[in-house]
Amino acid sequence: MTNGRHPAPRPGFVLDVDRNTPPILFHHGPGFRLEKLPAGRSRVIYPAEPLEGLPDPEAAIRHALLNPLGDSAPLPALLRPGMKLTIAFDDISLPLPPMRRPDIRQRVIEAVLDLAADAGVDDVHLIAALAIHRRMTEDELRHAVGDRVYDAFAPKGLLYNLDAEDPDGMVILGETPHGEDVHFCRRAAESDLVVYVNINLVSMDGGHKSTATGLAGYTGLRHHHNVHTLRNSKSLMDRKNSALHASNWRMGSVIRDAGVKIFQIETTVNNDTFGREGPLALLQKREWEWTGRDRAQFLAMRAGLDVLPSNTRRKIFDTWQAPYQMTSVQAGEVEAVHEVTTDNVYAQQLVPVEGQTDVLTMGLPYICPYNVNSIMNPILVMCLGLGYFFNLYRGRPLVREGGVLVMSHPTPWEFHPVHHPSYIDFFEQVLADTTDPVEIERRYEKQFAEDEWYIHLYRTSYAYHGVHPFYMWYWGSHALEHLGRVIIVGGDPAAVRRLGFQPASTLSDALEMASDVVGPQPTITHMKNPPLLMADVT
Amino acid sequence: MKALRFRRNLPRYAAARLAGSLTPGRGATVGPLELVDLDPPAEPGPDWVRVRPRLSGICGSDLATVDGRSARYFEPLVSFPFVPGHEVVGDLDDDQRVVLEPVLGCASRNITPACAACADGRLGNCEHTTFGDLSPGIQTGSCHDTGGGWATAFHAHPSQLHPVPDGLSDEAAVMVEPTACGVHAAFTARVPDDGVVAVLGAGTLGLVTIAALRAHTTPRTIVATARYPDQRRLADELGADLVVAPDEIRRAVRRAAGTRAIGGNGQGPKGDVDRLTGGADTVIDCVGSSSSLTDALAIARPGGRIVLLGMPAVVELELTPLWHRELELVGSYTYGTEALPDGSTARTFDLAFDLVTRADLGRLVTATYPLARYREALQHAASAGSRGAVKVAFDLRDERERNAR
Repeated sequence: MTNGRHPAPRPGFVLDVDRNTPPILFHHGPGFRLEKLPAGRSRVIYPAEPLEGLPDPEAAIRHALLNPLGDSAPLPALLRPGMKLTIAFDDISLPLPPMRRPDIRQRVIEAVLDLAADAGVDDVHLIAALAIHRRMTEDELRHAVGDRVYDAFAPKGLLYNLDAEDPDGMVILGETPHGEDVHFCRRAAESDLVVYVNINLVSMDGGHKSTATGLAGYTGLRHHHNVHTLRNSKSLMDRKNSALHASNWRMGSVIRDAGVKIFQIETTVNNDTFGREGPLALLQKREWEWTGRDRAQFLAMRAGLDVLPSNTRRKIFDTWQAPYQMTSVQAGEVEAVHEVTTDNVYAQQLVPVEGQTDVLTMGLPYICPYNVNSIMNPILVMCLGLGYFFNLYRGRPLVREGGVLVMSHPTPWEFHPVHHPSYIDFFEQVLADTTDPVEIERRYEKQFAEDEWYIHLYRTSYAYHGVHPFYMWYWGSHALEHLGRVIIVGGDPAAVRRLGFQPASTLSDALEMASDVVGPQPTITHMKNPPLLMADVT
Repeated sequence: MKALRFRRNLPRYAAARLAGSLTPGRGATVGPLELVDLDPPAEPGPDWVRVRPRLSGICGSDLATVDGRSARYFEPLVSFPFVPGHEVVGDLDDDQRVVLEPVLGCASRNITPACAACADGRLGNCEHTTFGDLSPGIQTGSCHDTGGGWATAFHAHPSQLHPVPDGLSDEAAVMVEPTACGVHAAFTARVPDDGVVAVLGAGTLGLVTIAALRAHTTPRTIVATARYPDQRRLADELGADLVVAPDEIRRAVRRAAGTRAIGGNGQGPKGDVDRLTGGADTVIDCVGSSSSLTDALAIARPGGRIVLLGMPAVVELELTPLWHRELELVGSYTYGTEALPDGSTARTFDLAFDLVTRADLGRLVTATYPLARYREALQHAASAGSRGAVKVAFDLRDERERNAR
């Protein structure tokens, strides 16, 4: 569907680098680098241009609620006076960066509440399904659900963050045939209907994972957030080849069989991350199409950023809100909905790529799912590169087995003490001892997961759960097993080494170091991301 | 004989203090320490014997003296000029190898009856260190009359000498004295079974203390701080369960003790670790600085015990936690006699001989120098950690003056 406001978006494509190819823009945390890639053996994967958003999002949402997919009645038919209704929604980790108001969650939740009010439903709870992520602040909740919803529910205690460590607030719904405990939010379990409101930024999101993970705690998560599962998720962005998702789907069956009725609402957004106009618009232009004004603007921006202290730079980027537009909304039965959602994500992000590469390069941006309004600490750098971007493939990894991953990021030895207290300890103690995910899981996970102080901070402050840095490390375990070496360009050398990676000052140094592993004159592929793309590797 | 002599010379002392503050160990170049040829000293008493050092260690208190950082507290407790050196393995005139127990208590001072501490075997607590037949001096190496180990010869009272078993190397033997300090600290610490103990510092004292804790106590966890990679490795090998950088100790003890923390003096963000609500049962501070003592007060649990083993000078310290958390702060100086768990007693030195052998502590002697290169030796010792060394010693085995009969 298109409203004709912009030329038809061009699909993603693969550029073969020749002598005339200009330097390529690499994200580098809260900054950028321009890098000249070797001609004749390098290629750059560009994302598709942003798809057009739905012209009337409210109408599309209402249409989806009234015309559900799969074995589900329309939402109004599921609502009745006296029922318990729980609306769970994705937390601060989606979308990235946070989107401009109105947030999609606000639009969807307002539509659901209108229908609930029409049906006379008065027992409604809204829960941020954050699992073991940090709690959202009032400002963040207001941004997600809108002031009207917040003011109507939060003061009465009816809009809140999930507390997955509240022994009275969580239940075990059962066990999968694989012996996995299905840990679940008690309020949701005891509701007559759970409406889940999702923003599917990448193909990993949504489906049964929304509830089986989002409304669970450590007791349940440990069954799929572990090294074995994640090493067998190839990739975790490809649901049908992901052990992580298989586990969530098994749990979804248990949830359903336990009598929990879920009405799933999934949405997708385009990849208009930096805007078609404005100060960051050139970040989603192809370099050879930069105008003289773009180049001047880029140089001025980079020079300005270079003189600022890192926390000021970070704050500038933290204020950026993406002008994402909703490209689809579908509702109803979880699996039927998710099939359509995944197709819509792929329509925006999937780029066909032929063959693997010896060296994969990436410029890591300033943000990942776990440092919104926070600091991208070294563990999150690892997770973004090896956990998320590496896994943005279908078919085969972009880089061959034993190949080299080169990432560009400042990787500061810096942590947010409120958001990431256990990360500091993980970095100081665990990674100082070993970077082997299996050893880390075996020797340290339980201690951190059950640490009383971390649990206290998770429940009462704004801290990620004590076990969360472990999951970040496991997220990269498939890549760690697959790669021959990881090099970080422009990072704090001590922090990079603590991660078990090699530091390099420049990209050319990194490529020279890579040749020690993959041989001289290696093939190089640069994944130009974000805006987000997913490689369909044949 | 050849000796390094330390004279009372205030201008040079001030120069050493300045130079030492700029480059540790640099006080040896401009300070009151000098290499001299001396006539052999007179025997302090009829029973005294001559010792010809083979190896003579450099310890932190020596470096404090050389760099002008010693507390004025010691002024009445030493007699000038003196020859430093109290970690000694040497030969008697009959070629018997001996290790020196340097404390100059009532026996060596010919004081009878002995003070209560000496009578009880607690030589380090002797009440008569400025009295008797000897000039003031708490140990050989600070007493004018006895001479010291940084020379080709000095005198010792038989009560100070321990024969070295055949098969024990000189390097191992010279580690007996500092090891005895660690053993004494381990007993002083009163570590509860299954408790958490933190050892601050992984220089010589820190390392031997870790070994002593592992040998003589049964803690659940020993957490240690180490600034340099070799220190970290050795601390790990000698029995620490967790070795962290000094600025990581608060978080490390929090994890080990399973306690909560308070950040930013209560005003800062939750998640910072300014001090712990519980903490280690025992902290052994082998550094003795304002910073290490502040750490100790932050990580000891309420009612816990802090043992000060590293020699402090003047330190600035917030003592409120000592009061509020009812902490014990006790010193651990030298050695004497230890009460063993089975009710028996043992000389600390005997326990140290055993530990040196069992833990192979002779490997901690990582560099030796002839007396003539004393400036290099002292600068090396002052920056031992960063240069991958632990114990630096003078090697006198080839000194011509020593071997002339």
